[in-house]
Amino acid sequence: MASTEIARQAGEGARAVPLSGHVGFDSMPDQLVNKSVNHGFCFNILCVGETGMGKSTLMDTLFNTKFEGEPTQHNQPGVTLKSNTYELQESNVRLKLTVVNTVGFGDQINKEDSYKSIVEFIDAQFEAYLQEELKIKRTLHSYHDTRIHACLYFIAPTGHSLKSLDLVTMKKLDSKVNIIPIIAKSDAISKSELAKFKIKITSELVSNGVQIYQFPTDDESVAEINSSMNSHLPFAVVGSTEEVKLGNKMVKARQYPWGTVQVENENHCDFVKLREMLIRVNMEDLREQTHTRHYELYRRCKLEEMGFKDTDPDSKPFSLQETYEAKRNEFMGELQKKEEEMRQMFVQRVKEKEAELKEAEKELHEKFDRLKKLHQDEKKKLEEKKKSLDDELNMFKQKKTAAELLQNQAQQAGGSSTLKRDKERKNLGSL
Amino acid sequence: MSETAKPHHPVPPGKGEKTHDSDFSYVGIDAILEQMRRKAMKQGFELNIMVVGQSGLGKSTLMNTLFKSKVSRKSVQPVPEERIPKTVEIKSISHDIEEKGVRMKLTVIDTPGFGDQINNENCWQPIMKFINDQYETYLQEEINIDRKKRIPDSRVHCCIYFIPPTGHCLRPLDVEFMSRLSKVVNIVPVIAKADTLTLEERDHFKQTIRGELRANGVDVYPQKEFDEDAEDRVINDKIREMIPFAVVGSDQEYQVNGKRILGRKTKWGTIEVENIAHCEFAYLRDLLIRTHMQNIKDITGSIHYETYRVRRLNESNTHFTSHQTTFTIRKQQTERGCEFAAPQ
Repeated sequence: MASTEIARQAGEGARAVPLSGHVGFDSMPDQLVNKSVNHGFCFNILCVGETGMGKSTLMDTLFNTKFEGEPTQHNQPGVTLKSNTYELQESNVRLKLTVVNTVGFGDQINKEDSYKSIVEFIDAQFEAYLQEELKIKRTLHSYHDTRIHACLYFIAPTGHSLKSLDLVTMKKLDSKVNIIPIIAKSDAISKSELAKFKIKITSELVSNGVQIYQFPTDDESVAEINSSMNSHLPFAVVGSTEEVKLGNKMVKARQYPWGTVQVENENHCDFVKLREMLIRVNMEDLREQTHTRHYELYRRCKLEEMGFKDTDPDSKPFSLQETYEAKRNEFMGELQKKEEEMRQMFVQRVKEKEAELKEAEKELHEKFDRLKKLHQDEKKKLEEKKKSLDDELNMFKQKKTAAELLQNQAQQAGGSSTLKRDKERKNLGSL
Repeated sequence: MSETAKPHHPVPPGKGEKTHDSDFSYVGIDAILEQMRRKAMKQGFELNIMVVGQSGLGKSTLMNTLFKSKVSRKSVQPVPEERIPKTVEIKSISHDIEEKGVRMKLTVIDTPGFGDQINNENCWQPIMKFINDQYETYLQEEINIDRKKRIPDSRVHCCIYFIPPTGHCLRPLDVEFMSRLSKVVNIVPVIAKADTLTLEERDHFKQTIRGELRANGVDVYPQKEFDEDAEDRVINDKIREMIPFAVVGSDQEYQVNGKRILGRKTKWGTIEVENIAHCEFAYLRDLLIRTHMQNIKDITGSIHYETYRVRRLNESNTHFTSHQTTFTIRKQQTERGCEFAAPQ
């Protein structure tokens, strides 16, 4: 029997080895990319903003297509989230895009609970992914990831400052999703006001501790562009799907009597910057941040809530299995205890009822006895009375016969004249 | 609360135009490929290869030839005397190599002592245990609550099995090992020191090997069942025609036709390692490194590792189900006992 001797050398601090020729593993990124292309990508955007901010129009403009849907009414009783999934294809890249819209946000009179449905929705997506990850037979490879990768927060172009609803909502969402604040319908603000507005917004966000998504600056190839974009946050955008002829080209624009706002003109609005940042430069980073930061945070909180720990008080690492087992035993024990209790209660109740019934029975018996006695007494009395009456009747009969006898004797002795008198006397006597 | 509409298939008009600025029809979705590539380059790659075979088959030399540098165990620790270990040892050495900006952490796992004893029973056990230990470590890290951003991947991606060039057929040890390990790891069998076989002998040997593998139900890489689509199948079928690759390894350069190439110099000629007319090293290298590396890693991650995970998690679960059945039985008993006779 062979036993093992495992010797590990230079595990983490591996030595750098120079190559003396072309090996060929520089094709690895290509292999990876090809595989991903075959698999397809998915990207989920959440648009949060009041009704009429131009969320749907902006999505249409960003992705250069007409997503279906009609403008929603303003009389929603609460905030609901509607999500639509689309499949887009550009050259050989297939993208499964999910756009989630908040319907009825900011329309109610009492807006205290507006953010709750949004937070619940985001948590539900994380929960679905967590469940899939914890399954025994899982298919993570082909799982349709519905976690929200980016949240575009539409700020109303008042020109003054953020509304308190905005602050509250953003504060609740910043630890769950990458927030990118946008100033919507920014053609309503003039340039100078816009600069002041942006400064005011960023200072308010900072002073309230809201962490919005910062474009990553650690990769040299995009650090420059990202850091310059970071200074332009929040982006002031204008969305439009209508095309207007300008010069000899058709451009996406909004036409006013006093001029035309071109969507893709960087002097007019920051739409190009937004598209650049969101799609062309940082889409992958957004997905990664969602997975490694927000999802991990959710997962940690959820598992800790359920009572799992990594180490027990003696700081020996627990395995998830052991903890699960322990919890399950605990739960089973509790169930058993409850069952015992219920059984005890049942037994007791039965006993009580039995005692009650016995009491009732005894009472009934007593009553019956009493009644019987009563009847017997009555009967005796009646019989006595009957007897006495009989006696009287007998005595009377005796007296009667005695009287008749006397009368007969008297008659025989008295002759027939007195017969009539005897008869009369007899008649009198017989009355 | 949320509804998902049926997938709508709008295709952006004028797709395919690549000009960036002020082009309406170009959204820029395919820029994600560039982003992925950048991320991959920044993160670097990891590859763990295990070499298994009897001593003297040229495993270390082949590793050095494959990666064009001194990555083998022998180069790292100069052993004064070559001794054959009494038991199967597992030695793993990591290297950081870089080519054209792509960084890779290569780990070569060597198994000296395999098949060298007189009684070789169960000599695959230490190896299987090692492979399963790597899966276990990964699993533990994955189910941790506070887990690392990027779980270090020490799972064995590929196991190169060296077949001695007897020219006849596979030995029982080979068959036994490969049939057991093909279920937990990707196995790539190679015929070692193939310069001892002529071309006809080589073909005959290969056919015999392929037949024996089929007869024993051994599925070596590329596995038939994991072909994703017709394209893959065509490519992989071509590869399957050629396995096991007949390789020759060498880390010495010689002058041939004015060029310096790796080869083995003998009295009757020089065998060029990278010449496909001489040996199939180039095919092996292309398969392993240039074309199928990502595929190998994916199969390890999504199929072998998942199988291990399912097995492992089910192990603890059968423990639970036995608990549950006793509980239900007891419950029924107590229910029956709860019926009391009615008072008379």
